[in-house]
Amino acid sequence: MRDLRLAVRAGGGFGLGLAFFLIVTVMVPFSVGPESDLLSRIAPGVLWLGALLSCLLSLDRLLALDWEDGSLDLLATAPLPLEAVVTIKALAHWITTGLPLVLAAPFLGVLLNLPLEGFKWVVISLLLGTPALSVIGTFGAALTVGLKRGGLLLSLLVMPLYVPTLIFGAEAARRGAMNMGVETPLLMLAGISAGVIALMPFASAAVLRINLR
Amino acid sequence: MSIWEYANPRKFLQTSERVMPVLWVSSGLLMAVGLIWGFFFTPDDYRQGSTVKIIFLHVPAALMAINAWFMMLVASLIWVIRRHHVSALAAKAAAPVGIVMTLIALATGAIWGQPMWGTWWAWDPRLTSFLVLFLFYLGYISLWEAIEDPDTAADLTSILCLVGTVFAVLSRYAVNFWNQGLHQGASLSLDEKENVADAFSNPLYVCMVGFGLFFVAMVFYRTGTEIRARRIKALMARERQEA
Repeated sequence: MRDLRLAVRAGGGFGLGLAFFLIVTVMVPFSVGPESDLLSRIAPGVLWLGALLSCLLSLDRLLALDWEDGSLDLLATAPLPLEAVVTIKALAHWITTGLPLVLAAPFLGVLLNLPLEGFKWVVISLLLGTPALSVIGTFGAALTVGLKRGGLLLSLLVMPLYVPTLIFGAEAARRGAMNMGVETPLLMLAGISAGVIALMPFASAAVLRINLR
Repeated sequence: MSIWEYANPRKFLQTSERVMPVLWVSSGLLMAVGLIWGFFFTPDDYRQGSTVKIIFLHVPAALMAINAWFMMLVASLIWVIRRHHVSALAAKAAAPVGIVMTLIALATGAIWGQPMWGTWWAWDPRLTSFLVLFLFYLGYISLWEAIEDPDTAADLTSILCLVGTVFAVLSRYAVNFWNQGLHQGASLSLDEKENVADAFSNPLYVCMVGFGLFFVAMVFYRTGTEIRARRIKALMARERQEA
């Protein structure tokens, strides 16, 4: 709860992810040209990539502030298990970053000439996939929390871990936009999200314990 | 007498130093024999011509690239469970060798793919998952480099290795689903009819064993270096305390 309130009040982090998502989406037509056919074909992939990058951008703030002022040590000694703490951290990150991205995606889809059938599937696939992005990202943030210039390293570490989520998510959105069957990638995406939410907090908590030692 | 005796750095160094010359010589010999046999004394393939001979570099390197990661996984597990420093250092020592093997496999694959498939690179599942493996190596090595305290670094990298393995396997399946392949199936397997012809497979086995021994020798050598570097650091710290 505290994280949520802080994120909303601080303003910066909350809007920044969204603004970044917007700017990435706007830059794409500038780089590949304005033909509407091409844009509508790549729109689902671009939206997914934009969401992923915006998620990545906000990760280093996830634990760093609490690390600096020492409240992470307090949280670690609190009666709540550290696994729960990182889960809540990931949840807060998702609510402040993932959820707004999901809500903004349809509007940005208009800019990219996303086919009408695509809107539903882009939103659904992002809704299923962004929690996984947040949870995996929390692991990356926990790994690099003690480092001075962890930002770039964090991206390098987290990106390969995002590969399966991105593939299934973007594939589901793409198939949806092209009126093809979406069940398989969507189910795989949901499976990854569920598995990651269930197991990743243990890894994140273990890593955080090592860093707090 | 158990394998855990080698968790003692001194014992490890003693034994590995006794074994290493044998390893260097035999791996060098095997690689030389395998490569020369492969390059000069095998017939040209009836479709691929002489380009097929790149297989003697490509397949062993790819094999070792994956096995090196597997070895790092085992070493990381040993470190996490039993906390033997030699094991953590061996994982650290293996990573750069593994990334070089990955690079060799990717580069020879590109050189081979250019005349055969007409392209240097295709987003084929096998190629793509190897590229992802390369990225994992890159992240693993950078994390080792970034952390100062050696024990923390060993802990964090071994957990990254464990988590990374799960995700590497996941990516393998995801990538398979995502695009159909151009790459042929496994070159050597026990249960398949369509293997590489015997004329090629014998020098290929020699090369694979040679690469494997070379990898072991490299890891021994680099682990020895890491152990000594650690010792020097400890000695200097002690000297500073006494002074």
